[in-house]
Amino acid sequence: MSSDSIALNTAVESTRPIGDRLHDWVTTVDHKKLGIMYILYALVFLVIGGIEATIMRIQLIVPHNHFVSPQVFNEMFTMHGTTMIFFVAMPIMFGFANYLLPLMIGARDMAFPRLNAWSFWLAAFGGLLLYFSFIGGNGLYGAGGAPDVGWFAYAPLTARVFSIGHSTDFWTLGLLVSGIGSIGTAANIVATVLCMRCPGMTLGKMPLLAWMNLVMAGLVLLAISPLTAAQIMLSLDRYLGAHFFDTQAGGSAVIWMHFFWIFGHPEVYVLVIPAFAFASEIIPVFSRKPIFGYPVMVAATVAIGFVSFTVWAHHMFTVGMNSYANSFFTISTMIVGVPTGIKIFNWIGTMWGGKIQFKTPMLFCIGFLLQFLIAGLTGIMLAVAPFDWQLGNSYFVVAHFHYVIVGAILFALFGAFYYWFPKMSGRMYNERLGKWHFWLFLIGFHLTFDFMHIPGLLGMPRRIYTYEPGRGWDIWNLIITVGVFFQAAGILVFVCNLLWSRVRGPVCTSDPWDAWTLEWSTSSPPPEYNFAAIPVVRSRRPLWDIKHPEDPDWKYE
Amino acid sequence: MLRTHHRALVQGVGGLFAEILVLLAFLLSATSQCFGGPANPSPANIFRPSSTPADEVFRISLFVLIIAALIFAVVFCLLVYSLVKFRRRPDDDGREPPPVYGSNQVELAWTVLPILIVLVLFLATARVIHSVEDAPKPPEAVEVIAIGHQFWWEFRYPSLGVVTANELHVPVSDPSYPTPTYIELHSADTDHSFWVPRLAGKTDLIPNRTNNMWIDPHEVGIYVGQCAQYCGTQHAKMLLRVYVDTKEQFHQWAQEEAQPARAGDPVSEGRRVFETTACINCHAISGTVADGQFGPDLTHLMSRETIASGAALNTPENLRLWIHDPEAIKPGSLMPAMQLSDQDLDAVTAYLETLR
Repeated sequence: MSSDSIALNTAVESTRPIGDRLHDWVTTVDHKKLGIMYILYALVFLVIGGIEATIMRIQLIVPHNHFVSPQVFNEMFTMHGTTMIFFVAMPIMFGFANYLLPLMIGARDMAFPRLNAWSFWLAAFGGLLLYFSFIGGNGLYGAGGAPDVGWFAYAPLTARVFSIGHSTDFWTLGLLVSGIGSIGTAANIVATVLCMRCPGMTLGKMPLLAWMNLVMAGLVLLAISPLTAAQIMLSLDRYLGAHFFDTQAGGSAVIWMHFFWIFGHPEVYVLVIPAFAFASEIIPVFSRKPIFGYPVMVAATVAIGFVSFTVWAHHMFTVGMNSYANSFFTISTMIVGVPTGIKIFNWIGTMWGGKIQFKTPMLFCIGFLLQFLIAGLTGIMLAVAPFDWQLGNSYFVVAHFHYVIVGAILFALFGAFYYWFPKMSGRMYNERLGKWHFWLFLIGFHLTFDFMHIPGLLGMPRRIYTYEPGRGWDIWNLIITVGVFFQAAGILVFVCNLLWSRVRGPVCTSDPWDAWTLEWSTSSPPPEYNFAAIPVVRSRRPLWDIKHPEDPDWKYE
Repeated sequence: MLRTHHRALVQGVGGLFAEILVLLAFLLSATSQCFGGPANPSPANIFRPSSTPADEVFRISLFVLIIAALIFAVVFCLLVYSLVKFRRRPDDDGREPPPVYGSNQVELAWTVLPILIVLVLFLATARVIHSVEDAPKPPEAVEVIAIGHQFWWEFRYPSLGVVTANELHVPVSDPSYPTPTYIELHSADTDHSFWVPRLAGKTDLIPNRTNNMWIDPHEVGIYVGQCAQYCGTQHAKMLLRVYVDTKEQFHQWAQEEAQPARAGDPVSEGRRVFETTACINCHAISGTVADGQFGPDLTHLMSRETIASGAALNTPENLRLWIHDPEAIKPGSLMPAMQLSDQDLDAVTAYLETLR
């Protein structure tokens, strides 16, 4: 699929037989091709995960609906969550990191190109393994299909007594395999950022995107390991008679929660920090001003990275921790609000006094800013442990984290798609379709996720396949589901725009946005090995220095 | 002292916002009420607390909501202002705006201010955490052991000798003479969570672990809630009803529940069928040979308004359907279809109808 939709730009390439071109893509170690494969792979899973969400929302559109069985509904929310986190959000962030990092730091490839390819294929096979459960999950027992234990798979629901057949094993092994791939990519990103920068690019002169991906990769290294360990322990429980989480034999269900959330919370930052990175590149260019407070932005990112490892048990306020533990995780969680607040103010500071152009990438970044602000504020509410005793595991929480993941992360990602699409494809997207995508998706998003807070306040827990009429939830669930169709329409416009523009879009120059970072100094799409001569930089905006020799940045930074 | 400080803050500074939010809460409760059928006299709503722990949460939540609303208003206005004011005009001269790399004073301000807000929020929160979690148990407290099962609730009152299921009865608690109910939470299988929004926040029931919570409902009535931690196929229909009775009603109820099953006709056909099929492997009826532990105790089944953990009203038709084909009411429930003949089905239903 990837081979014929993204061909190289030269005439020689496009006349080669398709088998050869496919072979090129499968065996490639080029960071740009791997980046694009990561992104396309994630987009396919985005559509699959979106279909799963739509099935759930159709089931919940009215009370006592019989669209799917409880079993299927439980499989849908498990697969939706697992897919979106592990096989959409992470690979798509790795894809952008892979594609952009070497270009932005003036390098010819990642530090370890073959490790890069190996990591991608592991992630890809992890996803296939998970989805093979729809066929193979029955095992010998005739029970289950896809896993139905929820994306955080709380013990002891995953024990063999409660989860017969092999569906849970596909979940465990799928994440284990892709997790090893994630570790490989993270190590590669760290090495690339630390060792491959072009002459003159000190750490303090790196684009913010490089800084933020460095922090993201550090988080992946530290956060995926406990998850991998827990998956191995769970497999030992299931097949070798260990009793880590087997409560029937004295194991601890709570230990699983700790293992999962010491991964799970930093994971949120693994996803949102690259989204910050996109916003930190796009907002300055479309405001025509350098980022406001670069050193503070770096410091805030690093601070978020550290603090994110001290907050995991705020997912566990209802498990009966004592008042000291609950107080600790309340304050540590609230502290995250300080560096994130700084970032929001700095982005507004960047726009302040600029000349803002409302192109599609910028529109998505503005949506990101607004929605991330609201997500942060509901996050503060959930950090208040007593408030969480009411809101936790309700639809309020579902609304909150979709505000983060869709409202903030996905919006920033769409901004990134439109911003770097000309670089990756050599062609410009259709601006009118881009705006249609933005408005449809914005309306759909707010219909769905604004109103989703309310049933949570009215006592509707998450993960229920049906509900009785007369509890005040009906109208809200109807509105939520209607919003889904607007979002789906937006995605459809987006996919059409990408496909059409890839083939028919006007050919664009190497620097269509009049931007300032190194990826815009090479052709669109960039040649193999990126730069004919390795660039030398003197400031954070090397292209600005070239375009404005009378007023270069390096004099002021 | 913190408490009065916090109250003063709510009533003083944010009085207007509090009123708006309370109005919103009432609007929410109004919608939930106009959808409320006769089976649900009191729809769940975290903004209509009727018990001290829920009330404490309600008040801290208003405080947090006010602060969040203020922050939102300020940042939203800044964002909209900068978008409108600094948009590129049609008559733009094409020159780049002056670059500004940052400002130590401004950045210090928007670092310190959030830290102060966090500090205030934390202190107010810590007070509520302490007052709910560390509340001393008065000697008058009613003690209940709640055990979560896939997909129903078992309630035991050790000092009253009562065992029942799915419908928790507690006495109303007069603030001047409080009789709170302290609930010890266990699980027989997977994780569950006890959540009745108008009475208290949720607390999980976790196997191999003992959790505790308490409620002191101020008003007589029925309060609905449900399991709030995914526990398996039928998590959705693991509903929960709390009956807050007057003290007299409660003691009368407890006395009746503590009795063994009314004898009825000892050789009734239904009782024979019940005691000679697998029913007794899972269900107990005190005073008979039925002493199963996996399913709900049926000794006083007819004292309950619902069956199948709130999934259906306790009518003879529903009861018969439930025994005949549990999947019809609650697909994925662990109760097997008993494959009884129509005659046996009628007999067992008639027998169960005598268990008052």
